[in-house]
Amino acid sequence: MKRARMENELVSKGHVACPGCGAALAMRYVLNVLGPKTIIVLPACCWSVITNRHPECCLEVPVFHTAFETAACVASGVRAALEVKGDNSTNVLAWAGDGGTFDIGLQALSGAAERNDDIIYVCYDNEAYMNTGVQRSSATPWGAWTTTTPATHFKGQEKKNIMEIMAAHRIPYAATASISMPEDLMAKVERARDTRGTRFLHIFCPCPTGWRSSPDLTIELARAAVESRAFPLYEIFDGAKRRLSLDPAPPAPVADYIRPQGRFRHLDSEQIEAIQKRVDEEWLSLLRLIENNPA
Amino acid sequence: MKEVMMGDVAVARGVKLARVEVIAAYPITPQTIIVEELSEICGRGELKARFIKVESEHSALACCMGASMAGARTFTASASQGLLLMHEMLHWSAGARTPIVMANVNRAIAPPWNLWSDQTDSLSQRDTSWIQLYCENNQEVIDTVIQAYRIAETVYLPVMVVLDAFILSHTSEVVDVPEQEDVDRYLPPFKAALTLDTNDPRAFGSISGPMEYQKLKMARHEDMMGAVEVARRADDEFGEVFGRKYGIAEPYRCEDAELILLTSGALGGTAKIAVDALRESGAAVGALRVRLFRPFPADEIAEAIGDAPKVAVIDRNLSVGAGGIFAQELKAALYDRERRPAVFGFTGGYGGGDFTPEVVEKIARRALEMGKPDSPTLWEAIP
Repeated sequence: MKRARMENELVSKGHVACPGCGAALAMRYVLNVLGPKTIIVLPACCWSVITNRHPECCLEVPVFHTAFETAACVASGVRAALEVKGDNSTNVLAWAGDGGTFDIGLQALSGAAERNDDIIYVCYDNEAYMNTGVQRSSATPWGAWTTTTPATHFKGQEKKNIMEIMAAHRIPYAATASISMPEDLMAKVERARDTRGTRFLHIFCPCPTGWRSSPDLTIELARAAVESRAFPLYEIFDGAKRRLSLDPAPPAPVADYIRPQGRFRHLDSEQIEAIQKRVDEEWLSLLRLIENNPA
Repeated sequence: MKEVMMGDVAVARGVKLARVEVIAAYPITPQTIIVEELSEICGRGELKARFIKVESEHSALACCMGASMAGARTFTASASQGLLLMHEMLHWSAGARTPIVMANVNRAIAPPWNLWSDQTDSLSQRDTSWIQLYCENNQEVIDTVIQAYRIAETVYLPVMVVLDAFILSHTSEVVDVPEQEDVDRYLPPFKAALTLDTNDPRAFGSISGPMEYQKLKMARHEDMMGAVEVARRADDEFGEVFGRKYGIAEPYRCEDAELILLTSGALGGTAKIAVDALRESGAAVGALRVRLFRPFPADEIAEAIGDAPKVAVIDRNLSVGAGGIFAQELKAALYDRERRPAVFGFTGGYGGGDFTPEVVEKIARRALEMGKPDSPTLWEAIP
C-alpha cells in the first residue's frame, strides 16, 4: 500500500476541535483527496464548531452551515445549481456527524440517495451527539455510557447498520473507513470522487471527550476497532457487490478496544463477552454477504 | 396572449416566464397542480430547470436554499402542513439571504383535516423574515410571481406569493399571459452577489457572537423595511412594461368613507362587489386590500384610510387567543398615529366557509351600526 501524502492541506491551523479529535483528522484526509474544488455543506455537528467562530474559518474551501437534518438536500440543491451553470467538476460534499446521518438527517439522506443525486456524503461517526455533550444516537453501540444513557441504564440497543440502509438505496458507492488507516481511507475518497451519483463514506472517528478515552489513544482505538472487527472496513458497489478492505486475522479481542474507554467502564466481563459474540456474528453475516456477491 | 387557467397553473406559468433554474417541491393539495404543471413544462423542455422531486417540504426549501447559495434562481411551492414543516428552513433561508420565491396556497391546518382556504398557514410565518404578497385573482398571481423575483433579488430576502385554496388555485379565469421578451426585459438573469464559489471560498453561517448576530439581524430588518419601497417600485415598473399594476395596498372607493373594509387575497374582489352594492344603497363604505403583508406597509394603509372613522378588518384566519391577524397588524400600525379609526375585527370564511358579497355587506352594516368594537368578533360565515 502506498504511503499517504498530504498534497492539499485545506484544514488550516486554528481549528477548535478537542485534543485527539478523530473527526478533525477525517476532514484533513478527505479534503486532501477532493482538493480545493470542493463545496462543503455542514449541518449541525461538531464540525459546525470546529471550523472556528466568525470571522475565522479553518477550511479553505466554501462552507455553508445549515440545519441539522438538511445536509443531503442542501447538497443536492448546490449540485443542481452547479449543473445548470455547466459545472460538473466541483465536488459537493455533505459532511455530517452520526446524529445528522443515522437520526435526524436520515430522511433527507434517503431522499438524495433514492434520487441518486450527485453528491459525496461523509458521515464522520463518533457514536453519539458529542457537540451537545455526549447524548446517545442510534449510532451509539450497545453497552455504552452517554449522558442520556447513564452507566446504571446504559444503551440497551445495537448500533444501527447505516451501511446496509445505504446499500438498500442501490447507490453506486458506499464504503467504511477509519482514520487509523489513512491510505485506505484516501483510496476510498478517490473512488468516491471518481464515481458519479450518491456516494457515501462512513468514517469511524474516536472522540476522546465522549468516549472518556485519552486523547493520545485516538488512533490506537480506531485501529483496535478495525482489528477486533468491531468496525469492519469494506465497500459496497451499486448496493450489491461487496468487498472487504482488510481482514484482521486473527482478530484482536474486542476487549482490547473496549477496555481503554471510560464509556464502557461499567461493563463486566460477561457483558464484554456479549459484545464479542455480537461482533463475531456481525462479521460472519458481513462475510456471507460478500461471498454471495463479491466485487 | 389571453388564456383561461387556474391559479395554480398561473403560478407555474409565471415560474416558467421567470426562467427559474432550480425547482424543488413536494406535493400537497391544493398546490399539486403547480408541481404537476411545472413537471410538464420542464419535461417538454420549455423551461431548462432542474426539478428535484424531494421527499419532504423541509427538504424542498433546504434544497432551494443550497441551489440559491450556489447562484441559481429557485422556486418551491407548498401549502398548510407543508409550509409548517418548512418553518425551520423559512428562518434559515431568510437568514442566509437567499432570494427564493415560493407560492403558498392558503389551506386550513389540521386537525380536523380540511383542504379549504385559511390564511393561518402563511400568516403564522410572519416572523420568519419572508416577504409576503397576497393575490386577489389569477392575473395577479402570474404577475406577482414575476414581480416576486425582482423584489427578492433586490433585497436578498425570500418572497412568498400567496393565493387562496380552490378560490384561486382551482378556479379558472382569463389570464393575460405576459410575453417572454417583456418578462426578460423586466427581469434580468439572477447574478448573486455572493455564492459558494471555489475561486472565492467563504464560510456562510459560522458561529457568531452577539455583536455580529445582532448586526446581521438588524441589517435584515432594515432591508425588510426597505422592501416596502422595493415592492412598490417593482410594481410600478411592472406597470410600465405590462400596463398593469396593483399597488402594495389597493384602496377602492375609499373617498369620504365612513367605513373601510380591509381585506386580503381573493376576498379583496368580493369586498369590491359588496362596496358597490353598499354605495348604491347610500352607505359610505370603501375597501382596502392589503397586498403586501410583510413588510406591513403601514404608511400606505394609514394614508388610504385617511379620515375614515371606522375600519372593519375581515380576516380569513384566526390567531387563537388573539383574533384576526390582519386586524392585529393594523392596530399595531395605527397605534402611534394621530388619526386612529375604530378597528372592528371580523374573522371567518376559513375551512370552506364562503364569504359572499352578501356576507361582506352584512359585516359592513353591522360595523356601521356598532358604536365601538367588541373584539375579536367571530363572524359566522354561512357556507
